Amino acid sequence: MLLIECPWCGPREETEFSCGGEAHIVRPPSPDTLADEEWGEYLFMRKNPRGAHLEQWVHAHGCRRWFNVRRDTVTYKISAVYKVGESPPHQ
Amino acid sequence: MRYSLASLVRNAFSYHENWRAAWRSPEPKPQYDVVIVGGGGHGLATAYYLAKEHGINNVAVLEKGWIGGGNTGRNTTIVRSNYLWDEATHLYEKSMKLWEGLAQDLNYNVMFSQRGVLNLGHTLQDMRDIARRVNANRLNGVDGEILDTAQVKAMVPIINASPGARYPILGASLQRRGGVARHDAVAWGFARGADAHGVDIIQKCEVTGIRREGGQVVGVETSRGFIRAKKIGVVAAGHSSVLASMAGLRLPIESHPLQALVSEPIKPVLHTVVMSNAVHGYISQSDKGDLVIGAGIDSYTGYGQRGSFSVIETTMAAIVELFPIFSRVRMNRQWGGIVDVCPDACPIIGMTPVKGLYFNCGWGTGGFKATPGSGWVFAHTVAQDRPHELNAAFSIDRFYTGHLIDEHGAAAVAH
Repeated sequence: MLLIECPWCGPREETEFSCGGEAHIVRPPSPDTLADEEWGEYLFMRKNPRGAHLEQWVHAHGCRRWFNVRRDTVTYKISAVYKVGESPPHQ
Repeated sequence: MRYSLASLVRNAFSYHENWRAAWRSPEPKPQYDVVIVGGGGHGLATAYYLAKEHGINNVAVLEKGWIGGGNTGRNTTIVRSNYLWDEATHLYEKSMKLWEGLAQDLNYNVMFSQRGVLNLGHTLQDMRDIARRVNANRLNGVDGEILDTAQVKAMVPIINASPGARYPILGASLQRRGGVARHDAVAWGFARGADAHGVDIIQKCEVTGIRREGGQVVGVETSRGFIRAKKIGVVAAGHSSVLASMAGLRLPIESHPLQALVSEPIKPVLHTVVMSNAVHGYISQSDKGDLVIGAGIDSYTGYGQRGSFSVIETTMAAIVELFPIFSRVRMNRQWGGIVDVCPDACPIIGMTPVKGLYFNCGWGTGGFKATPGSGWVFAHTVAQDRPHELNAAFSIDRFYTGHLIDEHGAAAVAH
C-alpha cells in the first residue's frame, strides 16, 4: 500500500487516489497537421521506466484534484509530490 | 532419453537417483544464429519451435534468473481461447490446439486439464456481451456455450446463485475445452524439448545491452560477456520497455504489478475454472487441492513484483460473495508478477525498425494460455523474417495505423 501525500489534504491512503499514468505528456499544439506516426507516439508510446517515474495522481475520494508524483517503480517509494504545471523538484 | 513407463521402472531400481538432468547448463558460445532474451514459457517455446519447425538449432535462450521464474511461475495457469475479435481468437485457438497435443509432443506431462472455463454474467449487459462473444467464437470454430443460472448452479453447486446475492448470477459462457495446465511443467517441458534439439539454455545471464551496427543487430551484452547473434528475439515480459530502450525503441507498454494467491489445500470442491469480469476475480482448484485465485492489476506501474493489499482485499471480498463456503479458508501464499500491458490488451509480436531484432511482448495479464502459440508464431517470424498470418495483425505498426484489436472489454475477462 502506498501512502500518498496530497498537496492539499496531506498524507492519505492509496485507496483514496486514482493513478493517471505518465505525467508531462504534452498535447500536440497543432493536431491538424500531425502525421499518423506522431499521433501514435503521443497516444500510445510510453516511457515506462524501471526506476524514477513522473506520474499523475488524482485524489478521487478527497479533494478530487490532480497532482504529480515522482515514484520509484522498483521500490515504489515516493520521493516528490508537486502540483500540475510545476516542474519536478531536483532528486 | 524419452520418459515412459519403462524408464520409470528402470529408474525405480536405482531409487530414482540416476535420472539425467532434463537440460544441460552449457557455457555460452561466442556466437549464435538466434539469441532469445528471456527464459520464460514463451521464450523457451520460441526456441523449441525454432529448432523443431525451422531447423535453426544454433540458438541460445538467455535468462537473467532461472527459467520459468518470472510470469510463467506467477500466473493462475488458466488456458482458454474464447476471445471476441477474429485476430485474437485465431491466435489463441492456435495455442489451444497446440496445448491439446503438447504433452505428447514434448514427451513431458504439462498436466493440461480441460476442465472447462466459466465466465459469469451478473447483469443483462454481461449476458448480451456473453451471447455476442460465444456466437463470435462459434463462427470462428471455437467451442462455446451459454448457460443459464440453473446450469451454472448445477455445474458449480457451491456458487451463491440466489437472486438476492450481491453479484447475482444470470448465466455464464462456458468453454469446455478451456482449463488449466501446470505452469512450471510448461517451462521445463519446453526447456527439455529445446535442449534436445541443441538449444543452449543459459540461466543467470542478464542482457545489459543490445549492440547494433548500421541499423542491424550484432549481439547482446550480458553479465557473462558479449554474445554475437545474427538475430535477437526479445520475450522478456515485464521488462520489455527496458530492453526496447537498449535498442533505442519505444513501446506502447506499461508494466503493472499483477497479484495472485493460493489457499491451504482442501478437499476437491471446485471442478472447473470460474472467472468473473465484473468483480475481477478468477478461481480454480489445483490438483493439489489449493484454491488458485487471481486478482486484477494495480493501477500504478511497477517492476517490484508486488502490489498493494487493497487489490487483494477487493478480489477476496468478491470471491467470498460468490463462494460463501470459502469465507474461512486460509490463504497460504500471495505474490505478484510484472505484466506488460498494451493499450488494446493484445500482444505485440513482430519485427522492429532494427534489422534482426524481434519483439514478442505486451501479453498483459493473459500470456500463459498463449505460451505454445506465441512461441510457434514468434519462431516463424524470427526464422522467416516476416510474420505468420496468425500474428501479422499484431505488429507494432497497429499503433500508428489505428488498427487496434480492442480486447479490453471484449475478451472474456481480465484474461
